[in-house]
Amino acid sequence: MHGKGLALSQNVLPLSLNVNHRRPRRLRYGLDCTPRARGKPIHYSIFSLIGAAFSGHRHWGPAWRDPAPKPAYDVIVIGGGGHGLATAHYLAKVHGITNVAVLEKGWIGSGNAGRNTTIIRSNYLLPGNNPFYELSMKLWEGLEQDLNYNTMVSQRGVLNLYHSDAQRDAYVRRGNAMRMHGVDAELLDAAAVRGMLPYLDFANARFPIQGGLLQRRGGTARHDAVVWGYARAASSRGVDIIQNCEVTGMIREGGRIRGVETTRGPIRAGKIGMAVAGSTSRVAAMAGLRLPIESHVLQAFVSESIKPFFPGVVTFGAGHFYLSQSDKGSLVFGGDLDGYNSYAQRGNLPTVEDVCEGGMAILPSLGRIRLLRSWGGIMDMSMDGSPIIDRAPMQGLYLNAGWCYGGFKATPASGWCFAHLLARDEPHEVARAYRLDRFATGRVIDEKGVGAQPNLH
Amino acid sequence: MRIRCPFCGERDLSEFTYLGDASFVRPDPDAADAQQRFYDAVYLRDNPAGPFEELWYHGSGCRGWLRVRRNTRTHEILGVEPARRQGADA
Repeated sequence: MHGKGLALSQNVLPLSLNVNHRRPRRLRYGLDCTPRARGKPIHYSIFSLIGAAFSGHRHWGPAWRDPAPKPAYDVIVIGGGGHGLATAHYLAKVHGITNVAVLEKGWIGSGNAGRNTTIIRSNYLLPGNNPFYELSMKLWEGLEQDLNYNTMVSQRGVLNLYHSDAQRDAYVRRGNAMRMHGVDAELLDAAAVRGMLPYLDFANARFPIQGGLLQRRGGTARHDAVVWGYARAASSRGVDIIQNCEVTGMIREGGRIRGVETTRGPIRAGKIGMAVAGSTSRVAAMAGLRLPIESHVLQAFVSESIKPFFPGVVTFGAGHFYLSQSDKGSLVFGGDLDGYNSYAQRGNLPTVEDVCEGGMAILPSLGRIRLLRSWGGIMDMSMDGSPIIDRAPMQGLYLNAGWCYGGFKATPASGWCFAHLLARDEPHEVARAYRLDRFATGRVIDEKGVGAQPNLH
Repeated sequence: MRIRCPFCGERDLSEFTYLGDASFVRPDPDAADAQQRFYDAVYLRDNPAGPFEELWYHGSGCRGWLRVRRNTRTHEILGVEPARRQGADA
C-alpha cells in the first residue's frame, strides 16, 4: 500500500511499513533496567515445588510480614493496590525511606489491581502523557529482575486496528509522536495484519480492517503477581503492609494532615499519600477536598480456556473493544464504561451487549466461545482522562488519583513518581503535567479531546 | 438496571443516556469570582457513594429529560420525575 511509508513532512519521522524500527533510546531518568538476577535468592523453583508436594503444600511461608500498625510512621500510603505497594517499594528502594505503612481496607490487590485486563503499553500521543507511560514500560521491562518475582511480563504486542483513511492518519500522527519520544511504533497495512491475525473480519461491511498501529513492546503482565511482587519486595525492606485496615478519617492539626483514623486505631505520619483510585472522592472528602473526579464502573470479561489462539493484544478502532488471551487460555476482553456514576463493582447488560457486538465486529469466531465470568471495577475518572500525581492543597497530604481505566499499565511509573513526590516534595520530571490545578489553569491533558465529561473518556 | 419513566413506564437501561449530576447550575458569568465559580461547576464533583440525583435522557422513548434518584452503591432507583418540575421556571 505505502511502500515508502507515510512521510508527513521532513521534520517528522516517517512511519514506514515493514522496516526495522529503531531501538528506543534509553531514557535518561536514572533508570537501570538491565537484567540483574545474579546473586538474588531463589524463592521458588521446581525443587521447592516438588519438595512441598511431599508435605501436601502445607509449609509454604508467607511472602510478606503481617505486622500490627505502629502509632506513627514517616510515610503512610493509603491503598494496598499495585500503585500503593509500588510507591512503598520505590520509597524504600530508591529513596531509602523504610518507615512506611501501606494501609489496605481489604486484602492487598482486592480492588482494581484484581479487576483489570492486564494490558501494558505506552502508545500515547500527548507530551504530558507519553514520557510517563514510557517510563512505566521501561520499568515493566526490568520489573522481574528488580522484584526478583515472576510478574509474567509478556511483550506480545499491542495492535490498534484502523478502519478508515482518517483513522489511519490519526494513527500515523500518534505513531510519529511516539517515535519522537523514543517509543516503538509501526504502522501495518491490512496484509501485514492479516499475516498476524488471519481470523479477523477484514471484509466487515461497516468496519473493514485497513491496518493497524503496532507497539511490539506492549503486551500483558500478571496482575496478582505484580501486587505480590511489590508487596514482598517492600515488606523485605521494612515496609509495614497492614491489611483489613480501613481509613475512616483524617487527623488534622492546624491546616495540616497529621495522620489517619482507621478501623485499627489512629496512625500518625509526616506525610500521607492516597493511592485509592475508585474511592478517591470518598477518602479526599475526609480531608474536606472536592476533586475533579467521578467514579464509574468498567466491566471486563473472560471466556472459557482454549488452546493458544490469539498472540497479542488487539483493539477495535471503530468501537471500543480490546482482547488478549491469558496464559491460562482464557480470552480476556473489555470495552466502554457503563457510563453512569457507580461504586457497585458490577455493571449492566446493555454494556455487555455493546462489548460483545464490538468483539463480533472484528472477530466473528468469538461467537462460538462461552463467556466464563464478568466483573466490574470502579474507575477514578478524571475530567480530562489523565491522572493526578500532586500535593493536596493542605500540607501533609498527597494525591495519586484519576487513573481512569489506564491504571494497571501505569503501576510501576505511578509508584516511581509518587515515591519521588513523597520523598522530595517535588514532582518527578515525567509527572510534572499531572497537576491538580491543571483544570483551573486550562492545562488539561485530554487525549481524546472530549472535555469535562468523564464517562466519555 | 431499569428506569421507570413517568411517561413511558419501566424501560430498559439501553433506552437512556446519562448526563450526570442534576444539581448543576450554570454560574452567574457576571459575578466577581465567575472564573472560580465556573471552575467549580465544570470540573469539581461531589461523587457521592450512595443516593445521587442525576439527569438521564430517554432518547429511545419519550425523549424527555428525567431527574433520577439512584443509589450509586447498589444501582437501586429511588425515584424518577421529569427534569422540569411542576411549577418550576423555564
